[in-house]
Amino acid sequence: MAEMTVELVAVERRLWSGTGSFVVAQTTEGEIGILPGHEPVLGQLVEGGIVKVTTTDGDTVTAAVHGGFLSVTHDSVSVLAESAELGEEIDVEAAKQALTAEDEAERTRAAGRLRAAGQSV
Amino acid sequence: MAQLRELRSKIRSTKSIGKITKAMELIATSRITKAQARVQASRPYASEITNVLSALAGAAANLDHPLLVEREQPRRVAVLVVTSDKGLCGGYNANVLRATEELLSLLREQGKQPLLYVIGGKGVNYYRFREREVTDSWTGFSQQPRYENAATVGESLVKSFLAGADDQGDQPGEDGMLGVDELHIVYTEFRSMLTQTPVAKRMAPLEVEYTDEQPPSGLLPTYDFEPSAEKLLGALLPKYINTRIFAALLESAASELAAQRNAMKAASDNASELVETYTRLANQARQAQITQEISEIVGGVDALAAVGSDD
Repeated sequence: MAEMTVELVAVERRLWSGTGSFVVAQTTEGEIGILPGHEPVLGQLVEGGIVKVTTTDGDTVTAAVHGGFLSVTHDSVSVLAESAELGEEIDVEAAKQALTAEDEAERTRAAGRLRAAGQSV
Repeated sequence: MAQLRELRSKIRSTKSIGKITKAMELIATSRITKAQARVQASRPYASEITNVLSALAGAAANLDHPLLVEREQPRRVAVLVVTSDKGLCGGYNANVLRATEELLSLLREQGKQPLLYVIGGKGVNYYRFREREVTDSWTGFSQQPRYENAATVGESLVKSFLAGADDQGDQPGEDGMLGVDELHIVYTEFRSMLTQTPVAKRMAPLEVEYTDEQPPSGLLPTYDFEPSAEKLLGALLPKYINTRIFAALLESAASELAAQRNAMKAASDNASELVETYTRLANQARQAQITQEISEIVGGVDALAAVGSDD
């Protein structure tokens, strides 16, 4: 089965890296799905978006990504983010609270985090 | 008597100072490891964003963004100085501030007017005491900087830089804001536990390095852009500046802790040396006192014996 190297890199740490067979992300132009052998793309990701990686083991890694970029080459995908969290790390209660925040950017982020944690918003 | 008591109280206070400095040394030592780990952890992002930028630069031949273009007559220049919030770290702040002064005089010689942006309480106090104008300052995160801190600083600098694009000489341009034409940063580079060197770098306009070297995989991949290359560049460049500032903050934090560790180690060594000297002096004083007492007693006995033999 074809595979590609996938890296999720946040500013303060490397979030996840491994091999995957499918990556879904939302750029400012729309949703993009990437399979191995995709043509090279540089994209800007939407605020409060999520990135889903299907690993070669068949698991799914979900991350909430804020202020990110996507760089795709023939056999690798890197997601750069100003801040990012893996789905299982997200504090759902805190995110729900943030959903009622004043700041709109804050609310968008919170919605993204909840979606990444598998909650419906 | 009085001398002995004085010495003993000096020994006591020196010992307790020594304990404090020793504790600070240990704290700094344990924090350096963490600070270095953070420097390491931030590397992947920095290298990835550089890769993306160079891919973008390679793909879009005629890059045109204010952050990349040299201004014809740079008039006003922003200088960002990274100092610490707290003292007790030896020559750390003095070195950064000296490097800054050198840069400032160099800029003035070139006919540019420097504007100061300061990070860290020590730097703020330094310029306030000298009644020098500081355009903007940020404090409270020198030992544990977060990316948000760097982003706040970066946004403010980039905003003022972009506002400077249309300035006519000393008059603000159409946007009515007087901006700057160059961005510089002065911070301390962490070389090793023992050496930290202050460095001054120019952040903007960015120097794009075009290399003739072929990438290892042969041909450069032709990228698709979502959104367009210009928009991407506009979004990416400010983030790149933020990353540069963040890296500088992390390096400075590690340097600050290393400087503090060295200073505190020297202080602890001095304290134990002083305790030793004082203990010697105290012993001497005690012996002198005992000798005095004995000779007084012996003298008394002799005097009494002399009186007795007279009878």
